[in-house]
Amino acid sequence: MNIPTIKEGMGMTLRAIVNGKLADPAADALHDGVVLIKGDRIVATGQVDVPADAERIDARGLVVAPGLIDLGVFATDKPAFHFGGITRAALMPDQRAPLDDVGLIRQATRAGKPDFWVHPIAAATRGLMGTEMAEMGLMQAAGAKAVGTGRQWIADSGVMLRVLTYAHGLGLTLIAHAEDGGLTARAVATSGETATRLGLPHAPACAEAMAIARDLMLVRETGAAIHFRLVTTRAGFDLIRAAKAEGLRVTCGITPAYLFLNDQAATDFRTFARLSPPLRHEADRLASIAAVADGTVDVITSGHDPRGPEDKRLPFADAAPGMAGAETLLALSLNLVREGHVSINRLMTLLCANPAKILGVDAGSFTPGSAADLILVDPDAPWIVDSSRMAASAGNTPFDKLPVQGRARRVMKGGAFL
Amino acid sequence: MPPMPAASVSSDLTGRALFPHRHLLSIADLKPWEIRFLLDEAEYWAQANKGQARKHDDRLAGMTQINAFFENSTRTLLSFEIAGKRLGADVVNMHAATSSVKKGETLIDTAMTLNAMAADVIVIRHASSGAVALIADKVDCPVLNAGDGWHQHPTQALLDALTIRRRKGGFEGLVVAICGDVLHSRVARSNMLCLAALGAQVRAIAPPTLLPPEVEMLGATPYSRMDEGLDGADVVMMLRLQNERMDGAFIPSAREYHALYGLTPERLAIAKPDALVMHPGPMNRGVEITSSVADHPQRSAITEQVAMGVAVRMACLDVLTRSARGVEGWA
Repeated sequence: MNIPTIKEGMGMTLRAIVNGKLADPAADALHDGVVLIKGDRIVATGQVDVPADAERIDARGLVVAPGLIDLGVFATDKPAFHFGGITRAALMPDQRAPLDDVGLIRQATRAGKPDFWVHPIAAATRGLMGTEMAEMGLMQAAGAKAVGTGRQWIADSGVMLRVLTYAHGLGLTLIAHAEDGGLTARAVATSGETATRLGLPHAPACAEAMAIARDLMLVRETGAAIHFRLVTTRAGFDLIRAAKAEGLRVTCGITPAYLFLNDQAATDFRTFARLSPPLRHEADRLASIAAVADGTVDVITSGHDPRGPEDKRLPFADAAPGMAGAETLLALSLNLVREGHVSINRLMTLLCANPAKILGVDAGSFTPGSAADLILVDPDAPWIVDSSRMAASAGNTPFDKLPVQGRARRVMKGGAFL
Repeated sequence: MPPMPAASVSSDLTGRALFPHRHLLSIADLKPWEIRFLLDEAEYWAQANKGQARKHDDRLAGMTQINAFFENSTRTLLSFEIAGKRLGADVVNMHAATSSVKKGETLIDTAMTLNAMAADVIVIRHASSGAVALIADKVDCPVLNAGDGWHQHPTQALLDALTIRRRKGGFEGLVVAICGDVLHSRVARSNMLCLAALGAQVRAIAPPTLLPPEVEMLGATPYSRMDEGLDGADVVMMLRLQNERMDGAFIPSAREYHALYGLTPERLAIAKPDALVMHPGPMNRGVEITSSVADHPQRSAITEQVAMGVAVRMACLDVLTRSARGVEGWA
């Protein structure tokens, strides 16, 4: 890994974060300890003697965690990432010009500097059209950390087979969208009572499991690594669970929206609850929580997609999918800890360590040598989500007016506080 | 002029409490007694419309009614226009479907424009579910939903209910079979909610591909075999099959649809001997309904539905503008 430092000459600066509770993804519980940083790297954690010449940073009353690594955002939104304690974001290829070209990848990589890292996900096929392979190898060399199908479904199984094979050869994980496009064609909701009442085009929830089932067959065939960015149904998790038990290289993610909302959130045509895939029934929401608790889910992402009124103040079916999620990712995820589904350490595995592994970056952990991207969190700080006063470039959150707890008080990237 | 109907709905309610809504957007927003109140009001206009050659009543004189239709319509637009004119309103029609207004893109801007023109009531039809509520949220005057996507068409449900009540006397225990493309039908959605609220037993008959999931939650029992659904029906309400659904995507062909779901005299015989035949129009004769059934002098209520449409829309325009007109008890 060749990670440049923020400033020349900073390489030798010693800093120690002291008096905090460490949320080490590799540990079982919070513990007291020190994080010792040299330059832009972590050099030691735990019970270490702080050298006399180290700058001491007092984290009393706060939890020290790796900066969040958000695996799958649709916009580079610095204020929102800063608020949310996100130090790295994997940018989805679904941009106005799909990220299917070396120049676009290079540009995206630079977009976060100097405050945070952007790791672009390269389009696996040209224009995300699902027909011809894009220059995955050249884009990897330009900084792409994974390849993806974006929000699209590669309908042609032959193309999907070759994409997986080729990506595997490059050592890249394919980040896939799990919805069978034939079923979901014009759908904007999950089939069921809410869609029927509102008169919205809908598709059955099994569209997800169908897509996963096919892709898993191809993964078994190729040995490739696949990450389903969002899995949101019981049937989908059952397939992933079985594939993991079999030893296939499969991981999956989810956003807090599918953990804490169901399809009824779209009642009254609330377009802020128009997501892709659409929100699911209550039974699938509960299955999602269970899948986080039992380890089937590997990643929690924000899916950050800020959309202004021009995309959202429209009839439901005409509105763009997506929600602004970067600011609420940490606070909403902490609900899982408060409700006893996961430990805070496991949560940091989902938010930091696992995304880092999938992207192949030396970050998201307290391991010596890991990038000194850290956040100091007040896990109990209360605040209220307010769509009209968000740091994000748009306030399209379905969690408007929800009281939450947990704030990143300070964000450090590469050994320096922002 | 016949006398005004007494506030017979409930002795406890008067004035605005009878209908405490600013807009008429969905049957789902209405309580059963509010539906009955609108039907009672419409009954008055049904009598008045029949009575004499001069049908004018100037209670909306000086008020501006804009009919903003973002989707093509002939009969509903005409019905709203006649209703407004009979009440003395200045009626303006905006055919947004034929203008340069693109779907969705400038909907809020259009709403603001209509609002700035100080309309007193706006009637809206739009091809997207929820679009009318979106506009209603942005304007200062009452909004009447004349159909939004697959979602709702409340005045159609009210005029159908009025037609049924006049022919059958009431709804309690009445079996109403709604038959056809229920999935894409705002008429079916409005009618299922309305008739179930009024106490009827509602059935939804459709090819399995055109039956929405969980239709029971809207108060209807689903049937995919027409003969079973028609058995014992007091009312058979046919739905229009849109041309674009006939091409093999949802049903194999119009011919097969007619064979399995067309209302023929033989099929009608399965329903009760005095079963009423209804259709919101425009009809595809020979597809969902046979001409001899559609034109049956005793059984068909199809032209009566059209007449009731004007009465219901007059009632809705009157009731929704009472607050603005300062009618006693409606301020």
